[in-house]
Formats: sequence, C-alpha cells, structure tokens
Amino acid sequence: MKLGILVNEGPYTHQASDTAYQFAKAALAKGHEIYRVFFYHDGVNNGTRLTVPPQDDRNIVKRWSELAAEHKLDLVLCIAAAQRRGLMDKNEAKRHGKDTDNLAAGFRISGLGQLIETGIQSDRLVVFGD
Amino acid sequence: MLHTVNKSPFEHSALETCLRYARQGAAVLLIEDGVYAAARDTAVSKQVEEALKKVSIYALEADLAARGMRNRVIDGVRLVDYEGFVDLVVEHNAVQSWL
Repeated sequence: MKLGILVNEGPYTHQASDTAYQFAKAALAKGHEIYRVFFYHDGVNNGTRLTVPPQDDRNIVKRWSELAAEHKLDLVLCIAAAQRRGLMDKNEAKRHGKDTDNLAAGFRISGLGQLIETGIQSDRLVVFGD
Repeated sequence: MLHTVNKSPFEHSALETCLRYARQGAAVLLIEDGVYAAARDTAVSKQVEEALKKVSIYALEADLAARGMRNRVIDGVRLVDYEGFVDLVVEHNAVQSWL
C-alpha cells in the first residue's frame, strides 16, 4: 500500500519525529511504499544537517537521511515553513545572500502543493505532530 | 476509521473529543503520552472501559513500556508494536490523528 506521512513537530521536542520514523521504518519493512514524507511547521527542523546531538543519543536528522538513502524516500520540507525557521538549500541560501546552506542529505525544499499531492496519491495519510 | 491519540488524557481533551466522534466499530490507537489512557484505576479509566463497548482500543507497547505502564493496562485494550500500527493503518479506510 502507498502511505503518505506528515510530520508537524521538530526533532527532540516531544515524540512525533521518533514515532513517524519508527512508523516509516516498520511500513517499509512490511513491504509498503512511502510515497513521501512531508515536513511542515516546526517539522522542517528535521532537515538541518547542522544538528550535533550527544553521541549516546539518537541522531534524528541522520536517521531520516539514512532511511531516505536506503529506500529512495522523498523527504520534503515546506518552503514557507523552512524560510521562517532558517532552513535552506544551496539555491535558497544564494538567493537570500546567506553564507551557508543547511539542508541535510536526502531532503529537498518544495511547496505545500507537495502535501496535497501526497494526500491524493497515497492510500493513507498519517499525521504526526504536537 | 482509525483514530490516533498522542496526548495524555490528564492534560488534554484529545481523547475525550476522539471518543465523542468515533463511530461504532472504529479503532482508537493510543501512542506517545496517549498511552496513559490505557492504565487501570485512573480518573479516565471508566471512560475508556465504557468506550470499549463501542470501539476497539489499542496502545503502542513501546510507549507503554517507556512509561512503565505495561503491567497496568485495562482489560480489553490490545497492545501493538510499530508493525501492528502499520497494519491498523492499512486495515482502516482513513486515519484521523487527534493532535
């Protein structure tokens, strides 16, 4: 079955990022397809490559990147939410005259239309958030 | 329909609202702090026991265990792992997350 996932909460906040990741991993292990994981509101903070959590803690961002690489997942940050929170890829950084970009591997920045499309194309949309 | 509740019933009305809207035969999955609703002998356990007559109630075992609640679960509340969570999503035509 084709599943869409929406994450509305940042990492290390409550538990939504963790639950969404464990759910995605279990779904893939059972042979389901993840059509897209869309990160909205504070959820876009899941996509910064500059996080440095303690070594004995889970690395939420890296975990998403690795899952994306392994399963060719489409991880999308909402552009308006990302701009407000300082998440940018190379193009956005250049466009806004910033000295660096911070998008983690496996993520891309796009518009809210990608969430609508996820809802249309997926058999189920599962929402995780605060 | 599958409903998911991730808030403690002792600090949020998500579960109460969910149970009010859930139809006969629906499934409710308690996750994250929502699993506190699965505990016996609390201020909301009567409400949950009453709801079991109308809907199926599940709780995510890992979240119960993380909170030391695995041995306090109300009879009739079924425990699932993440794979069970996926199965519930697949078995129901839609998922409503009460955030």
